[in-house]
Amino acid sequence: MLRDITIGQYYPVNSPIHRLDPRVKILATFIYITALFIVKHFIAYSYILAFLGIAIVLSKVPVSYMIRGLKPLFLIIFLTFGINIFMTKGEIIYQLGPLDITKEGLFQAVFMATRLILLIIGTSLLTLTTSPIQLTDGIEKLLNPFRKIGVPAHELAMMMTIALRFIPTLLEETDKIMKAQMARGADFESGNILNRAKSLVPLLVPLFISAFRRADELAMAMEARCYRGGENRTRMKELSLHGRDFIASIMTLTVLAAVIVDRIL
Amino acid sequence: MENMIEISNLIYEYTSEGRESVLAVKNVSLRVRKGEFVAIIGHNGSGKSTLAKHINALLLPTGGKVYVMGLDTSNESHTWKIRQIAGMVFQNPDNQIVATIVEEDVAFGPENLGIQPKEIRSRVEDALGSVDMLEYRKKGPHLLSGGQKQRVAIAGVIAMKPQCIILDEPTAMLDPSGRKEVMETVKRLNKEESITIVHITHFMDEAVEADRVIVMEEGQIVLEGKPREVFAQVETLKKLGLDVPQVTELADQLIKEGINIPKDILTVDEMVRYLCQ
Amino acid sequence: MSIIIENLTHIYNPKSPFETTALKDISLCIEKGEFIGLIGHTGSGKSTLIQHLNGLLKPSTGKIIINGLDITQKDVKLKAIRQKVGLVFQYPEHQLFEETIYKDVAFGPTNLGLSEKEIETRVRAAIEWVGLPFDEVKERSPFELSGGQRRRVAIAGVVAMKPEVLILDEPTAGLDPKGRDEILEQVKSLHRQYKMTVILVSHSMEDIAKLVDRIIVMHKGTVALTGVPREVFKHVELLEEIGLGVPQITYLMKKLKAAGKPIKEDALTIVEAKQEILNWMGRMKKC
Repeated sequence: MLRDITIGQYYPVNSPIHRLDPRVKILATFIYITALFIVKHFIAYSYILAFLGIAIVLSKVPVSYMIRGLKPLFLIIFLTFGINIFMTKGEIIYQLGPLDITKEGLFQAVFMATRLILLIIGTSLLTLTTSPIQLTDGIEKLLNPFRKIGVPAHELAMMMTIALRFIPTLLEETDKIMKAQMARGADFESGNILNRAKSLVPLLVPLFISAFRRADELAMAMEARCYRGGENRTRMKELSLHGRDFIASIMTLTVLAAVIVDRIL
Repeated sequence: MENMIEISNLIYEYTSEGRESVLAVKNVSLRVRKGEFVAIIGHNGSGKSTLAKHINALLLPTGGKVYVMGLDTSNESHTWKIRQIAGMVFQNPDNQIVATIVEEDVAFGPENLGIQPKEIRSRVEDALGSVDMLEYRKKGPHLLSGGQKQRVAIAGVIAMKPQCIILDEPTAMLDPSGRKEVMETVKRLNKEESITIVHITHFMDEAVEADRVIVMEEGQIVLEGKPREVFAQVETLKKLGLDVPQVTELADQLIKEGINIPKDILTVDEMVRYLCQ
Repeated sequence: MSIIIENLTHIYNPKSPFETTALKDISLCIEKGEFIGLIGHTGSGKSTLIQHLNGLLKPSTGKIIINGLDITQKDVKLKAIRQKVGLVFQYPEHQLFEETIYKDVAFGPTNLGLSEKEIETRVRAAIEWVGLPFDEVKERSPFELSGGQRRRVAIAGVVAMKPEVLILDEPTAGLDPKGRDEILEQVKSLHRQYKMTVILVSHSMEDIAKLVDRIIVMHKGTVALTGVPREVFKHVELLEEIGLGVPQITYLMKKLKAAGKPIKEDALTIVEAKQEILNWMGRMKKC
């Protein structure tokens, strides 16, 4: 049964990182990712690692949650490591059957894998400390200035909010439809790929029809409450910047600068 | 001005793909006074929902006029004012809630009206208090029961400070306790805050609470009057495919057998009183 | 004995912070051909119970035997269970998906692996039985019909599987009085014609009183009361305590009795109440 399942991975706790303005966190994440890809030497990773370490400690999110984000992507990390270690040409230091492990390969493997791991943990930190609502608000505010060139910032944010709102509802409905069809003898579990794909029709058709009907009714309800797009619309929760946001921004930019300097020198 | 809503000779016709046109509302005239609690009953397809959607300009008349506090619904420049005056609560509790948490959804209406954030906050607080849902303000709507979701929907309308609320079969998808929650809230809003209520339903026990009952059939008003007057006409209502309270039907049958009791008995207590005289 | 339930317990999400016991040690017997009314507040366990009967849920502990087949055994084929027990969920019209009404109603029988000829016979019978004209509607899209008609198509889809036990979860939800009466009439005639065991889940005490042979009252995962309607509706206080009621007519008779009138208080329908009251008044006149 559906209990308090939070969408994404948001870990609700009150920490300095949680309290940062979502715009700052989103931009900081972009800068962080950029920095990660600029890194040329291992020493630069240590700057990023220190930065990340401080952020994790301040966020009060248990490290186990961070690691959890790695689990589904473990295969990719493993593959990255494997491909680099075996496929890079250079000075052979070990031989494993038909495969050669080179010094360069070892370096590349560790380098790439580290980048990947830091990438995943860093972005996890964003979703762990920022609720879906805050993320949508942040994205909307960041895209707002681009409205002048035709970016539908408000509409995108509205779409994201509504999608998030209906995910649990649609999941529940999927469950109901599945049970109803199973009660009529539908089998979603056995058979080859083709059979299983076909068996999804009795599930997907009603679900889509229902989703369209919901959209129709919701649109009418929104209009009845005077919704007419983003013009002249106010928000109950307004985003505002505080001292901590400036500190965080400066720290992030410092790390980026350090990495750039390291690459150039 | 006395009349909250004035409907004059309303006709509504529509055509669906490749089929003949349907005359959903056939020359309906109706007045609702400020502070009234009006119930509109009728079987599915009688036109009651279609009629309701004309009041807040979700539908526009094919013929005739609809005025809300004197404003003509067919005049586009009035639409948003009309929808703020006449709020609407729909049948499906889920398909009205837009936001991911309760208080954000209640704020949706005021945000659309361009109200200042501080004012929105206080309206949301008051509205949730009115429907007794303050403790759920930070919850996700998928965690609420049907009755609770409808109360949130009502709060979302109240936060816009309407003069009138139209409820289109708000209890059709609820269980008995949910229905009770919603009806208690609606009655309280009408009695304590003088909000005009137009309640569309096919549950007779909800219509008996109204000041006036209107019965629709095939797009027309066929009966109108105080609940007592309307429900006493047991035969007519049954022919229309509607219910009457069991005691009212029993009274009708006993009268036919020569027992001397009034026709318009609506509750168990009244029946007991008359039978024991 | 059609359905035997022995010490059925069901725990959702065991060993987790969300653990809840939905059904606590339930034991029940339902006779072949009985018409059962299952009532209970939301959260009483009714949904959980009926989903066990057609194998959608498996018990945490306990046994369920349906017409001789122990469906809680490990190796029982789900197909066998679904052949025996048909379950119509709330708002069944939301499960329609096929291009034509024929194909949608045929979905169930097709999944049972029947021959084309047998499927056609059953689909025709089922569609006629729910009151729709077979030849007119068979090639039409189910989505062309009205809400009430679509519901009937959905019910036909389950009836076409010719189950020995038919369970209907609030088949009248969201319908107006006329629609409600029509569906209940059809359920009644189904019960009589095919001698199916029928379990009707409903919130309307008036409907239950008119139709069923026996009532099972659920509360917080256990069976609070069971018996013929007359018996069950006598316990007005208990029913009110657990959030249920009795038919309005029954309330009336109880109050009349409490006011000292010489009438039987167990009238369940308007007809019965009228008779009782007339008898009483007739006796009075004679004095």
